[in-house]
Amino acid sequence: MFQATQINRKNLGRQKLFRILLGGMTGLLVLPVILILGTLIYKGAPVVSFDFLFTNPTNGMTEGGIFPALLGTILLVIVALLASVPLGVAAAIYLSEYAPDNWFTRAINLAIINLAGVPSIVHALFGLGAFVIFFRFGTSILAASLTLAIMTLPVVIVATRESLQAVPMAFREACWNMGATRWQTIRRIVLPNAVTGILTGVILEVSRTAGETAPIMFTGAVFFLPFLPQGVFDQTMALSLHLFVVSTQVPEMPEAVPYGVALVLITLVLLMNSVSIALRMYLRGKKKW
Amino acid sequence: MVNQAMANQSPVKLGVENLSIHYGSEAALEGVSFDIREHEIFGIIGPANAGKTSFLKAINRMDMFNPDMKIGGNISFSGHDISKVRNVYGLRRRIGVVFPLPVGLPLSVYDNVALAPRLAGQKDKAELNVIVERCLTRAALWDEVKDRLDSLGSMLSGGQQQRLTIARALSQDPELLMLDEFSIAVDPVTTMRIEDVLKELKSEMTIILVTNLVQQARRLADRTAFFLEGKCLDVGITENLFTGEVSDQRTRDYVEGRFG
Repeated sequence: MFQATQINRKNLGRQKLFRILLGGMTGLLVLPVILILGTLIYKGAPVVSFDFLFTNPTNGMTEGGIFPALLGTILLVIVALLASVPLGVAAAIYLSEYAPDNWFTRAINLAIINLAGVPSIVHALFGLGAFVIFFRFGTSILAASLTLAIMTLPVVIVATRESLQAVPMAFREACWNMGATRWQTIRRIVLPNAVTGILTGVILEVSRTAGETAPIMFTGAVFFLPFLPQGVFDQTMALSLHLFVVSTQVPEMPEAVPYGVALVLITLVLLMNSVSIALRMYLRGKKKW
Repeated sequence: MVNQAMANQSPVKLGVENLSIHYGSEAALEGVSFDIREHEIFGIIGPANAGKTSFLKAINRMDMFNPDMKIGGNISFSGHDISKVRNVYGLRRRIGVVFPLPVGLPLSVYDNVALAPRLAGQKDKAELNVIVERCLTRAALWDEVKDRLDSLGSMLSGGQQQRLTIARALSQDPELLMLDEFSIAVDPVTTMRIEDVLKELKSEMTIILVTNLVQQARRLADRTAFFLEGKCLDVGITENLFTGEVSDQRTRDYVEGRFG
């Protein structure tokens, strides 16, 4: 009665084949990540020490630590987030909850998608023209962070808009029917249920912001500074630029140093992300439908 | 119209005059006129696409959230033309709505019921406790959920969720309660319990009961309107509709189950 017919056997065979095929593809994806992390840890871990993290570079950057660059990257990311998250979330709320569905809204949406496709070197030149020169911020943390913020805005806007639209329409209608205004509905029902998606956007943004080199090169990051930045109008060192410099610009650089810098950069991004991942898991545990 | 003289003569709660509703160029409802009186249960029966839900949306001014929806004619609520009401939020707060599928908002049982008073600015915890208990009790749900007010509304069973939405509608202290095919996703026992609740609520408010079950209209409604394909074909005392005193043959065919 339950003997496999020819068609059953064929289906089972295919099922096995595709399982292996799809699993293999996933394995291929993971492989580069393991290789990159493995190489970085193997070659970079020996130089990473407390002194490496918390002292200034010396002797033409071939010795000493990377503290100014580490601090600079953290500052750049924080200031960029402060600028882009409020702006991006606000724009996404408007586009998703208020904007009428007409050609103008569609044009704005198209512009946002295009903004995501602009090469980072173009953002760098825009930042140079707009923030450094026109707004007279000079080459500074502020100018660099704002450039990074503009570059990563589409990520925040798109992630936020998607997660807002994932909240069922029935919730909004039930709320409106009770006499809630649009804003009350957004504040009490829509936003609390979209916050995990918004955090996903922020996570993506942190990774991109911390790793970008081109946009900060002309706008605020420098190869070497003998002192730490005292405010947002100072220039700063940054890990990504530092990595570029120690990999290509300094003769007789010990081989392990660039690996160490890269390892620190990746660990920093992972650490920043893990905070928002933890927050997201906590909030998802409370997911309500 | 049949036997309007026998209808109760309490004041008109909702006056509908030559109401039409269009979505884009498509008509959902045309030329509807009748009065709904205070403290009556007004049934609306009719097959799908008759315009029943659109009718409820028009009363609640949901056209504000749907630019395609155009309302013509005139609806007055307690004598006020609702198209001229400045504070539509105040209007909606006086009207409770229950949807076909229970929409448990992603909040706790307590917060679901406390939402409307909070939206209206009530912050006093003790006052909210009183409202929540009163509304859940009136919706015949209090005994089942009083020990788990903090659990999610969406964790309740389907029948309980529908009573939760009724409690939520009651928390607005509505003058008019509109139910849109509330029993579609509810078991028969719960349906009967909710029907009993509605009979009691009638003394305090006006109720519009849109239903796809003609027998439910017969059990509950004082007067009933029959909608078909965007027209109101009959309005009258419910029993008359069922005993054949109708002005349109199609009404008789529908209540006798010849089409649906």
